[in-house]
Amino acid sequence: MGCKQNPLLPGKAIVAEIRQETPDVKTLRVVAADGGELFDYQPGQCAMVSLFPVGEALFSITSSPTRQGFLEFSIKNTGMLTRALHEIEPGAFIGVRGPYGKGFPYDLMKGKDLLFIGGGIALAPLRSLINYCLDNRHEYGKIEIIYGARSAADLVQRVELLENWPKCTDTHVYLTVDAASPDWTGNVGFVPAFLEQLNPSPAGKITITCGPPVMIKFVLQSLAKMNYQPENIFTTLEMKMKCGIGKCGRCNIGDKYVCKDGPVFSLAQLQQLPPEF
Amino acid sequence: MKLSKDKLADFLAAIPGKTVFGPQLSGETLRFTPVTRPGNLCPTVNNATVPPKSVVFPQTETMFRFEQGATDIRTAEPSGETVLFGVRPCDARAMSIVDNVFFWDVDDPYYLIRRTNSALVGLACLDPCVNCFCTSMGGGPASTEGLDILLTDLGESYLLEVLTGKGEMLCQSAEKLLSQASSADKEAAKMLQEKAAAQISRQIDPSGIPARLPALWESPIWEKISASCLGCGICTYLCPTCHCFDMQDETEGEESRRYRTWDSCMFSEYTLHASGHNPRPTRRERTRNRINHKFSYFVDKFKVMACVGCGRCINLCPVNIDILDILSQVGEQAL
Repeated sequence: MGCKQNPLLPGKAIVAEIRQETPDVKTLRVVAADGGELFDYQPGQCAMVSLFPVGEALFSITSSPTRQGFLEFSIKNTGMLTRALHEIEPGAFIGVRGPYGKGFPYDLMKGKDLLFIGGGIALAPLRSLINYCLDNRHEYGKIEIIYGARSAADLVQRVELLENWPKCTDTHVYLTVDAASPDWTGNVGFVPAFLEQLNPSPAGKITITCGPPVMIKFVLQSLAKMNYQPENIFTTLEMKMKCGIGKCGRCNIGDKYVCKDGPVFSLAQLQQLPPEF
Repeated sequence: MKLSKDKLADFLAAIPGKTVFGPQLSGETLRFTPVTRPGNLCPTVNNATVPPKSVVFPQTETMFRFEQGATDIRTAEPSGETVLFGVRPCDARAMSIVDNVFFWDVDDPYYLIRRTNSALVGLACLDPCVNCFCTSMGGGPASTEGLDILLTDLGESYLLEVLTGKGEMLCQSAEKLLSQASSADKEAAKMLQEKAAAQISRQIDPSGIPARLPALWESPIWEKISASCLGCGICTYLCPTCHCFDMQDETEGEESRRYRTWDSCMFSEYTLHASGHNPRPTRRERTRNRINHKFSYFVDKFKVMACVGCGRCINLCPVNIDILDILSQVGEQAL
């Protein structure tokens, strides 16, 4: 059996480019070692990234499938593997397998206004869909992006957030930081409070949110207060995973495996599951 | 058919080209290991401590190897055929239940090879242990589910029932060693099997459990049940239906490998995120997940409970947590 038949065997990949996003976040651009495509994917899907012989973990694919030839992963220096991934140089050999999970229902979102609400490193999965929609701009309505980070220095994808996205047609970016630095002129405060302050209308809108578990929890409460309907709210969850193919057991929420049935869930779906994420 | 006990060694030797695993003592632990001397087999004492799942889903198994700095990945997929001799009916049923997981959606390649290349020769339980409750879980001391051959101990010989094509193949090579079973032999086996089933004193009707569990999510029973739990994980490690695993890299000299190894939902690291967040932070949530997984989630997904009533988790728990007691509590709670 070779790579294609054994789903637990990583595909060979090379790190083509590394961007330092923030003091503790790097974005790795990865290409197939044989020069081809690693695999096709949809916005919101994930992949297992291996660094030998350190280990393997699941990361959301932050690039958009509309931009072919590479995959991008935004990785926060948090644990053993991510620390090691922060130490590699361009040209490093890594393993990638995937894609895993169900992506965002971007077909269902066609013709709708989109509200993205993100916090910290969790812009990564949203970015894939944002760039997908911007690359198919005519198929989607107004795009609003509310994004928060701990400080101005912790804003990831700074060029896109500050320069590229605000220039796109009918696309609005609202930024907030938890703690202001002297050079910060924007909003200061947590994402849920900023969302309530901006108070975007739920009419004709689909909301996609991702952030630390505690941010997601309070954002969902704020959206409920603002009369957003559970079936029009999507989030993408993260769980510790090992296999990615629904065998190793740990990523379950009730009878759903985040690696197979998620990571994208509508709030209506989440409300049917035990509150254990 | 009938197999005289003094011909057992010849019967096993006649199986061509397959490694025979059977329950043998290693130290104080009865586990399924390759049989080199049939005299070492311990088929008649209690069920093996380590369930035979360990043959098709080893406790630790190499998935692939690679050299430091090199870009070559060499798979370590298993090869060779096995016969598991002396498998108890509960453990054979458990393997059929675990098949659901490894063959769900995408096949697990390692398990697929080992499982497809294995044949199960069962041994009916004639003296069930005090905590056996297989008859409550849809099995029984002579259940044939998952087995290719069932043996029943008649004293001097085994009554041998061939159940599948795989079982038939095993007997073909040993035809000369088998004799016809008389109707008296069959009658004797049936009586022994019925006597064993009647001996099982611990019973429960679990049919209402899956429906009750979701309503008991916030019930105080989880705190009470888990209060004495040490989090040692033995209940899951040695459970024949538990299948969770971890994957890690390991280096020895120049060569490294990725291996997988049994893991347990009773360990805090099992679900611990790198960020420090843990969706199941205490033993209360982990115990609740273990019971819900076996009796609710697994039923939702695969229409069968992930428990065969082997009694291992009861026998081995260092603080006497008793799964039947938990199920009784679930059954008795006001909703």
